[in-house]
Amino acid sequence: MNPFWKVFLSSLEFIFMQRNSQEKAADVENVPPVISTPHHYLISIHRDRLFFVSVIQTEVPPLFVIEFLHRVADTFQDYFGECSEAAIKDNVVIVYELLEEMLDNGFPLATESNILKELIKPPTILRSVVNSITGSSNVGDTLPTGQLSNIPWRRAGVKYTNNEAYFDVVEEIDAIIDKSGSTVFAEIQGVIDACIKLSGMPDLSLSFMNPRLLDDVSFHPCIRFKRWESERVLSFIPPDGNFRLISYRVSSQNLVAIPVYVKHSISFKENSSCGRFDITIGPKQNMGKTIEGITVTVHMPKVVLNMNLTPTQGSYTFDPVTKVLTWDVGKITPQKLPSLKGLVNLQSGAPKPEENPSLNIQFKIQQLAISGLKVNRLDMYGEKYKPFKGVKYVTKAGKFQVRT
Amino acid sequence: MTDSKYFTTTKKGEIFELKAELNSDKKEKKKEAVKKVIASMTVGKDVSALFPDVVNCMQTDNLELKKLVYLYLMNYAKSQPDMAIMAVNTFVKDCEDPNPLIRALAVRTMGCIRVDKITEYLCEPLRKCLKDEDPYVRKTAAVCVAKLHDINAQLVEDQGFLDTLKDLISDSNPMVVANAVAALSEIAESHPSSNLLDLNPQSINKLLTALNECTEWGQIFILDCLANYTPKDDREAQSICERVTPRLSHANSAVVLSAVKVLMKFMEMLSKDLDYYGTLLKKLAPPLVTLLSAEPELQYVALRNINLIVQKRPEILKHEMKVFFVKYNDPIYVKLEKLDIMIRLASQANIAQVLAELKEYATEVDVDFVRKAVRAIGRCAIKVEQSAERCVSTLLDLIQTKVNYVVQEAIVVIKDIFRKYPNKYESVIATLCENLDSLDEPEARAAMIWIVGEYAERIDNADELLESFLEGFHDESTQVQLQLLTAIVKLFLKKPTETQELVQQVLSLATQDSDNPDLRDRGYIYWRLLSTDPVAAKEVVLAEKPLISEETDLIEPTLLDELICYIGTLASVYHKPPSAFVEGGRGVVHKSLPPRTASSESTESPETAPAGAPSSEQPDVIPTQGDLLGDLLNLDLGPPVSGPPLATSSVQMGAVDLLGGGLDSLIGGPNFVAPPAAAVPANLGASMGSGLSDLFDLTSGVGTLSGSYVAPKAVWLPAMKAKGLEISGTFTRQVGSISMDLQLTNKALQVMTDFAIQFNRNSFGLAPAAPLQVHAPLSPNQTVEISLPLNTVGSVMKMEPLNNLQVAVKNNIDVFYFSTLYPLHILFVEDGKMDRQMFLATWKDIPNENEAQFQIRDCPLNAEAVSSRLQSSNIFTVAKRNVEGQDMLYQSLKLTNGIWVLAELRIQPSNPSFTLSLKCRAPEVSQHVYQAYETILKN
Repeated sequence: MNPFWKVFLSSLEFIFMQRNSQEKAADVENVPPVISTPHHYLISIHRDRLFFVSVIQTEVPPLFVIEFLHRVADTFQDYFGECSEAAIKDNVVIVYELLEEMLDNGFPLATESNILKELIKPPTILRSVVNSITGSSNVGDTLPTGQLSNIPWRRAGVKYTNNEAYFDVVEEIDAIIDKSGSTVFAEIQGVIDACIKLSGMPDLSLSFMNPRLLDDVSFHPCIRFKRWESERVLSFIPPDGNFRLISYRVSSQNLVAIPVYVKHSISFKENSSCGRFDITIGPKQNMGKTIEGITVTVHMPKVVLNMNLTPTQGSYTFDPVTKVLTWDVGKITPQKLPSLKGLVNLQSGAPKPEENPSLNIQFKIQQLAISGLKVNRLDMYGEKYKPFKGVKYVTKAGKFQVRT
Repeated sequence: MTDSKYFTTTKKGEIFELKAELNSDKKEKKKEAVKKVIASMTVGKDVSALFPDVVNCMQTDNLELKKLVYLYLMNYAKSQPDMAIMAVNTFVKDCEDPNPLIRALAVRTMGCIRVDKITEYLCEPLRKCLKDEDPYVRKTAAVCVAKLHDINAQLVEDQGFLDTLKDLISDSNPMVVANAVAALSEIAESHPSSNLLDLNPQSINKLLTALNECTEWGQIFILDCLANYTPKDDREAQSICERVTPRLSHANSAVVLSAVKVLMKFMEMLSKDLDYYGTLLKKLAPPLVTLLSAEPELQYVALRNINLIVQKRPEILKHEMKVFFVKYNDPIYVKLEKLDIMIRLASQANIAQVLAELKEYATEVDVDFVRKAVRAIGRCAIKVEQSAERCVSTLLDLIQTKVNYVVQEAIVVIKDIFRKYPNKYESVIATLCENLDSLDEPEARAAMIWIVGEYAERIDNADELLESFLEGFHDESTQVQLQLLTAIVKLFLKKPTETQELVQQVLSLATQDSDNPDLRDRGYIYWRLLSTDPVAAKEVVLAEKPLISEETDLIEPTLLDELICYIGTLASVYHKPPSAFVEGGRGVVHKSLPPRTASSESTESPETAPAGAPSSEQPDVIPTQGDLLGDLLNLDLGPPVSGPPLATSSVQMGAVDLLGGGLDSLIGGPNFVAPPAAAVPANLGASMGSGLSDLFDLTSGVGTLSGSYVAPKAVWLPAMKAKGLEISGTFTRQVGSISMDLQLTNKALQVMTDFAIQFNRNSFGLAPAAPLQVHAPLSPNQTVEISLPLNTVGSVMKMEPLNNLQVAVKNNIDVFYFSTLYPLHILFVEDGKMDRQMFLATWKDIPNENEAQFQIRDCPLNAEAVSSRLQSSNIFTVAKRNVEGQDMLYQSLKLTNGIWVLAELRIQPSNPSFTLSLKCRAPEVSQHVYQAYETILKN
């Protein structure tokens, strides 16, 4: 695997080149992640309009490479605030230094953001000013403490004046709803993201009211698996700062509540250049909470020239080039259901479109985890102080599609 | 201020300026300059001219500057090896630095500089670093060994680094263990034979301990290494599985997939009755499903792997059908994979859901996807019998949409459904015929024509329909032409009275106006069949067709087992073994699943499959239509003969020739009534087989009639390459007849029938004298021995090497090709004794340049024994003389094609090496005659 990584290091520009050539291709997203060329295999990921490409010569696990590439992209994001061509160009030296630290001859070295930040300090305006005055560099010259300990994710000697631990329980509903409104497929992808600012070496345990919900989970390496197996308690020494504690999936076997319904009627008349479009959104099982931030996106068929619609609420746009209709609805008030209706102008003479567009729906419900997951309590051991604790719940639409 | 400024300067004197800046006294300026150099390097500018100046900056206590200089060195050291030496001292010094970060950095960088002179200096520091007190340095050094091995493998072995590396597996720090494993795995990859990763229960235990504590990447290395281990019994396998399962909950999908690989592999060893087996199956499903919620790239790789897992153990994901439902904004590569898996998981229980989904997909925008969805409906019909009716009605609905490509795909799959369920759904033919005009793709046209021909008696205007196709006969593709020919012949046999004209028209179109040999040949065959024996023609053309069953695209079990061992790797993405695509001569070890072994106490249930055999509920593999040679006359919608998917040697070329070549003589002959001999190879054997007139023509009275030497059977065609059929064999010659002794073993899961064999043209015209007779179907794991009589009256073509024989063996699954070398002595005929005068004259007559001399070493026999042994293989001693204590044997032999070979064999009593001189008018056989001597004398 080594030949590849070397190429990788010296070929950031190759990534740009690749990106440019691919962008000309009709649909960037449809570039398969593993491409074979006569002598090499290219494994690529597509993130924020950038392709990260790795070139390999021998048999390696592609997931290993893809995971690593995502990690690289995450790190850039973390360091530069955005992962874009401009950001990479602006920080080319740091990019080099980071890649050097992350990878040695095809073997990943340090990929934990905590450790990297100790080795190479992220660029800030203040620091660059200080550096130019004092002549010091943004490369740390001591061995990061966490690198080799059994808890590589946490550095030693963390100190805060305000000790806080926040958890965000974020659940996304992935669903496919068919024409008649019945659920074809639904599941919940949940994550618990944590922001922990605690001094010293705190040992936390987080327990749930209903841990049975979690049958399919992926853990951050800090979680003690044995404790979870035996007691269904998340016990861990947390990394410092922001991190994803667990992600979980509640599958369709357990009933997944669908918080909204859509009434739709989209029809195109045979041999005429227009059609009718009418959709209405209403709340369903919303557990008494308000559904907000609703957006409906529809990829209209190619023959659609323009749309002439009236929303009862919010605003809509139609992009005649990409044929994407976006309706920004906002909040649902049950008294007056939002609807969008009007006429569709078709290209004259073209046959009636065969396919019906799917509706893609986004929404958000604050203070609710739709699966019913609830945190019971958070305990801290190992340190004396009393931390400030908080849990926030939010439910969002993930890949939520309604077929028409 | 950002780094992008480094990219902007393009002035002429740039290098010059940089040089000045690099030599500046100010640290800050130096650093800026090095950064500029690195930036230029990135965009591909040649800044190697600054080498000495950059290296001068190396001795600094600023770590960032040092790193940048190291970066530069790695890039340019190779182009400037002499100057790179200047850096060695600093490296060596840095390796002793009190700061472990600098020690590690130095040893790491040195390993990346691929300059021989530098690697020499690397050894000592590396040895120290491998034993460094700081684990960070040790783990870096471990990787460095792998790098060094890549540069100079010998050096690493001589310096004993490999042993040190092995010791590191027992290191106290898990990260060091992981890196040592990674380094050893990489080295072992280039040395497949070496026993570097000699895993035993103790070292496995250490790895498992380290697994829990090291980083995610380390876990991947360790898991991949574990997967190569074969536990000694099912208990050990279970205990490893138990310790690996927690990895399934890891956030890193590569860790998850590597863990799945280990479990899938070791599961093979567990008895199915074990409770643990069931638990494990249940535990495997959720992580696999979770992989599907990741980014599309990860999904794709996961899906390719799930495709394998589903084929191996469908029970794991049988309840998870819904997660494979396609979302409209999935990338196309994910959509297609999901569809594939949906079909594999389709069963009676979920078919309603699946069909509803597939119907939905058939109205999507993406044409490729829609086509595949329509095809999928057909596959469901074939796979789940109960659903066939619903599938057909779904397909009819789709045909009503009149969307061109949907209709065409639907017709193609309906044809398959007809073949699977004959006489059931023919009522839909009328609907199909309505769409005749809209078909413009060859595959759909051919399918439609097949349907019309097959059901000609039920379609009133079948002749009109086919006639309409015939108008543009020459513009059609071969596939359609062939199909049309067959369909019209079928029609003629069914309704002879009204279609005579039509059939004559198509036969003349096929035989006279076409350049395509396939078409011409088939035309002639039909023509002759029809003109000689219409009853036989009816039997052949309208014969009952074998049912197509189950699925056509399962991976063959032996390959599947191998691929399961490669879960998570490129091989699993391409569904090919690494040997099929990994470049370079790096030896690739074939991996196989461990056999199922039960520890002595555990009660093995009687239905446990025999060692290594995959679970019994695996669906049968049936070949794609194109491969069914026996079906050739009736149907060939696929390419006429598709090569074996894994053919590796050049045999393929010859083999194609083999199948076409036999019919060549047909074309020339104007008289089609009497079949020329070569036309039907199977009959030919029977009629000519007794052509060995010289059968008992044994002139010499020596009583050794036992026949010539027979080599032990060798494997000619491994099961891997022949979908489970293994062929081994040898050649014998006994009392004048040559035969090929074959041993056929069925290592697949299904019964094999319909065996046939053909030889390609070869140097001596070897051909089977009788058809290959395997009387009973060959059931799985059964072996039969067959002796196939051969004659030498086949067509002749000089082969390279001379004794190369290319063979095609057919069974109900496929046609397989292999080539073998036959020993020349099977061709030595019994009347090969020349009389003395003749011998002398011939010896003189053959020019000296045709004489070849060989040494036969280490043969302990004396002249008498040699003579009698050779005689039994039809090498006859004409005269014997004793010259100066040496025995001179003058010998003659004759080959089946009449070539005489004269030999002089010099035997010294004290010396076990003989000298053999051969004279022959065709000197190219000498080498092979010599080999025959060797074989006969030494066995």
